[in-house]
Amino acid sequence: MKIPRVTVIDYGMGNLLSVCRALEHCGAEVLVTASPLVLDGAECLVLPGVGAFADGMMGLSSGGFLGPIRKYSRTRRPFLGICLGMQMMLEASEEFGVHEGLGLIPGNVVAIPPTGMDGKPHKIPHIGWNDLLPPTPETDWKETILAGITPGTEVYFVHSFSVVPATLEHRLANSDYDGRVISAAVKCGNLYGCQFHPEKSGEAGLRILKNFLLL
Amino acid sequence: MGNIRLIARLDIKGPNLIKGIRLEGLRKLGDPNWFAKKYYEQGIDEIIYMDIVASLYERSNLVNIVRKTTQDVFIPITVGGGIRSVEDAKEILRAGADKLAVNTASIKRPELIREISEKFGSQCMVLSIEAKRTGERKWEAYCDNGREKTGIDVIEWAREGCRLGAGEILLTSVDREGTRKGFDCDLVREVSTRVPIPVIASGGMGRGTDFVEVVRTGHADAVAVASVFHYGDMTVPGLRREAADQGIKVRNVEA
Repeated sequence: MKIPRVTVIDYGMGNLLSVCRALEHCGAEVLVTASPLVLDGAECLVLPGVGAFADGMMGLSSGGFLGPIRKYSRTRRPFLGICLGMQMMLEASEEFGVHEGLGLIPGNVVAIPPTGMDGKPHKIPHIGWNDLLPPTPETDWKETILAGITPGTEVYFVHSFSVVPATLEHRLANSDYDGRVISAAVKCGNLYGCQFHPEKSGEAGLRILKNFLLL
Repeated sequence: MGNIRLIARLDIKGPNLIKGIRLEGLRKLGDPNWFAKKYYEQGIDEIIYMDIVASLYERSNLVNIVRKTTQDVFIPITVGGGIRSVEDAKEILRAGADKLAVNTASIKRPELIREISEKFGSQCMVLSIEAKRTGERKWEAYCDNGREKTGIDVIEWAREGCRLGAGEILLTSVDREGTRKGFDCDLVREVSTRVPIPVIASGGMGRGTDFVEVVRTGHADAVAVASVFHYGDMTVPGLRREAADQGIKVRNVEA
């Protein structure tokens, strides 16, 4: 079998090691790069990241990544954003003021409401294992990164902000936090985003990364 | 309320997993990597490594343990013990840790909490509090693995830690640690209901009912378990089943 080659963008935000280890465990050859020139030849791209939205965009911008990422996303080659990486794929975030994102997927990033639907306060950040659920009865995970995942499978989240895609069609999976809908995964052609951390979600997470490598 | 997280806590001394009672009388139990792998395969939600000696000289052991574990354990790993600076934090994160637990150094210099959360994100910054009961609904924070008094009130400190940017609190009852006599549920409740961030209850797990009680009456968001797992008195799936049977929401892991 052909060894999948993955490019992981290093823009100074957080810990890339876990993502790289998990991808390697899934059989990938991983190239971590801080050079935007590499994106031209990339077969498969991962944008990880934890931390604040504005810092993340600043990191991408000062690394010269904004144009090359937008260009890459038009090639229709596989692209996965994880956590902050996913959030930055959207148009804007309201985290500490309004900040512009990469704008690859229509929609915004908003704070998780500090209470559940019952009006009772709940803990922020949303930390822990939560279910992946199809957003509509028609949602089909076949031939996506969630292929073979049973609805209700739990994955690991840690976040205080959450994306709201402008259209339902870009929602691939939701999660429920005390009645609040969390967009857990998004898909727009070959652009994917996971709010959860597949690299920290045990065997289910590894399965999702393997699916991504096979796209 | 989301799923209650089940966390295996592994206290480390040099290259060994150890366990004591009230953080004293330590016994060597074996290779921490072996235990971590076993708990991962059994479906634990997270792992905490706490280096209880954490001298600079011993640091390389901890880093090696973390590095080895993260090669085949794909769940969140929190590492604590002897983190005194952003540089120390970076070294531990580079070894593959996801979160840092900080106690002693942040008591001496609270700004460390802000520095770590600003540099790596508050999701990385776990404030570890060792609490000893001093009276009715009063607890004092200890440091140096339960050896040193600080004179600081636990609840005040928890709130201050939050304000400085902690993303989670690991709350250990020094009185109950290793005793298997149940959690100090008053302590957990007093802290958990006063901070907006998740609280991990640690110290005292003996039976499944202790777990249920610390969630129901203590409002713990996560529970750390050590002795009963390490000595094999309880398994991860066993505890999970017991909690679920009692109506506590936990991750549904198909074994």
